[in-house]
Amino acid sequence: MDALAPTAPVEHGPSLRQRLAARGFDAVTLLVIPAAIFSLLLFVYPFAFGFILSFEPKAGGDWLANYKRFFSDPFLYDTIGNTLRLAIPVTLLNLLLAVPIAFRVRLMRRQRLLTTILVLPITLGTVLVAEGLLNYLGPQGWFNRTLMTFGLISQPLKLVHNYWGVFASLVITGFPFTFLLTLSYVTGIDPALEQAAATLGASAWQRFRHVYLPLLMPGFAITFCLSFVQAFSVFPSAVLLGEPAGITRVISIAAATAAFEEYDYSMASAIAMIMGFVQLAIVVAVLASRGLFYRGPASGAKG
Amino acid sequence: MIRDTTLGSKLWAAAIWFLVGFFVINLFAMIATVVTSSFATRWLGTWLPVGFTTRWYSSAWSEFQLWDVLLVTFQVIAAVVFVSGALGVTAAYALARREFAGKRLLILLFLLPLMIPPITFGIPLATVLYQTGLAGTFWGVVAANLVPTVPFVILVMIPFIEQIDPKIEAAARVFGANTFKLFIHVLLPLLLPGILAALLLVLVRTIAMFELTFLVAGPTSQTLVVALYYAVFAAGVRAVQSIDAMAVIYMVTTLVWLIIALRFVNPTQIVTRAKQQPAH
Repeated sequence: MDALAPTAPVEHGPSLRQRLAARGFDAVTLLVIPAAIFSLLLFVYPFAFGFILSFEPKAGGDWLANYKRFFSDPFLYDTIGNTLRLAIPVTLLNLLLAVPIAFRVRLMRRQRLLTTILVLPITLGTVLVAEGLLNYLGPQGWFNRTLMTFGLISQPLKLVHNYWGVFASLVITGFPFTFLLTLSYVTGIDPALEQAAATLGASAWQRFRHVYLPLLMPGFAITFCLSFVQAFSVFPSAVLLGEPAGITRVISIAAATAAFEEYDYSMASAIAMIMGFVQLAIVVAVLASRGLFYRGPASGAKG
Repeated sequence: MIRDTTLGSKLWAAAIWFLVGFFVINLFAMIATVVTSSFATRWLGTWLPVGFTTRWYSSAWSEFQLWDVLLVTFQVIAAVVFVSGALGVTAAYALARREFAGKRLLILLFLLPLMIPPITFGIPLATVLYQTGLAGTFWGVVAANLVPTVPFVILVMIPFIEQIDPKIEAAARVFGANTFKLFIHVLLPLLLPGILAALLLVLVRTIAMFELTFLVAGPTSQTLVVALYYAVFAAGVRAVQSIDAMAVIYMVTTLVWLIIALRFVNPTQIVTRAKQQPAH
C-alpha cells in the first residue's frame, strides 16, 4: 500500500468535470439543453398524446380498429400512393432543376436580381398560386390562349383540376426553397478546389462528378428531405387545383376529413401516424445514405 | 473563375437559361393574371377584362380588418424568428462540435418535427395547447410556429458550423478566450451570414405556415395567411376579385420582407462571405 503512495494524485483521477469533458459533456454541450426541453414539451408530449389517442377508436372495437379500417378501405389506403406519386416526382424535379441553375448562378457577377426573381414565388402563398394557376392554366387562360394563337394546339389543354395542376403548384412553391438551399450549399464550397481540378485538366463534368458531388451530398440529402416533406404534406392546393375525390386525394385530405368533417380525432390521429411513418421511412433511407459520403471542412485544403 | 468555351458547355448554358426563362415567364404571367383580376370589373373569356377598378382593395381592406391582421402577423413573425434563432443556433453549435452519448437521439428529436407534416402533430399540439389555455393567444400561435422552425434552424446551421475549421476555435482557446468570448468574437462573425440566411428562411416559412396557425389561432391572433384562407373557404359567396385583391396584398407584404432581407443577406454569399474574413 505504502508503495503506491507516490501515485496518490492519479488515484483521485481527473475531476468530474474532466471526466465529463472526455465523454463530450462540457459547457458547449449544455447549449443544446434549451432547444431539447422545448422540443420535448411542444413536440414529443403532444405527439405521444396523439399516438395514444389513435389506439382509442371513437366507434369502439379493439385498439387496432382505426388501423384495420385504414388498410382495408381502398379509398383510404390509396391516398398513400396518390401522395407519393405527387411528392417524389416533384421533389426530384425541383432538385434536378435547382442543381444546374445553382451552378450557373454561382458563376454570375450580378446574382442578386436573378436570385430574387427565383425566390419570389415563396412570397406568393398557396392561395395566390392556386387562384393564379386556375386562371392562367384554365381553358380560357393566357397559357392556353397563347399556345392556340401560335397554332401549337387546337383544343385547350386540361391542366387544372387534375394531377398536373397540383404538380405545377408544387413546383412553383417548392422550387425557390429547394433552389435557395442548394445555392447556399453550392456556394459554400471553396472555388479553389475546383480551380485545382481544372488546372489538372478535369472537364466541367469531371469537376462536378469528382469534386462537387461528394462535397455536396450531405447538403443534397437534407435539401431532398426538406423539399419532400413540403411536397408530401400538400393539402390546400390538392383541394383547390386537383381532383380531391380522385387522383389527388392525398393523405392529408383523408386526415382532415376524419378530423374536421367526421370529428373522429382518433381516426385522424391514426391517419396522421401512418402519414408520419411513410414519410419517415423515406427520409430515414435518404439521411442514412448521408453517412456514406465525405464529411468535413469544404473550405479548401490549406490548413 | 473558370470559363468553359467548348460547344457542349455553351449549349448546356443555353439550355439552362432557356429553362430559367420559361419558369420566370410563366411565373410572371401567373402573377399578372391575379393582379389583373384584382383590378377587373368583369373578366370572362377574353384576353383582358372589360374595365378596371380599385374598389376590391378598399373593400378587402375594411372587410377583413387587414390592419389588425397585418400587425399580428408581423408580431408573430418577429417573435418566431428571434426565439428560433436563439434556441436553434446554440443547439446547432453543440451538435456540430461535440460527440456525446445520446447525440444521435437528440438529432432524431430535432429531425422529427421537420420530417412530419404540420397537420400530423398540429392536431394533438392544438389539443394540448387548449388544455393549458395557451391556444387562441398570441404566444400560443408563436409556440406552435416554433415547433418546426427551431429544428429547421438547427438542421440548416449544422452543416454551416461543420464547414468552419475547428482549428480557428482551437487557436482562440489557446489565446485564452472562454466560450462566451469565443462565441462573440470568433463564431458570431463567421456564422452571421449563415444565421441570417437560416432566419430568412424561417421568416418566409412562418409567413406561409398555414396549418399550425389555423389550428391554434383565436379571433385576435390570426395571421394574414389564415385570414386569407377564411376568406376563400368560409361560407358565403365572395367575389373572386376581392380574394385576388387580398392575395395581392399578401404577396406585396411578404415581398417587402423578402426584399428587405435580401438587402442584408445575399443568399449566394452565405458561406463565401465568411471566407473573405480570414482568421489566420
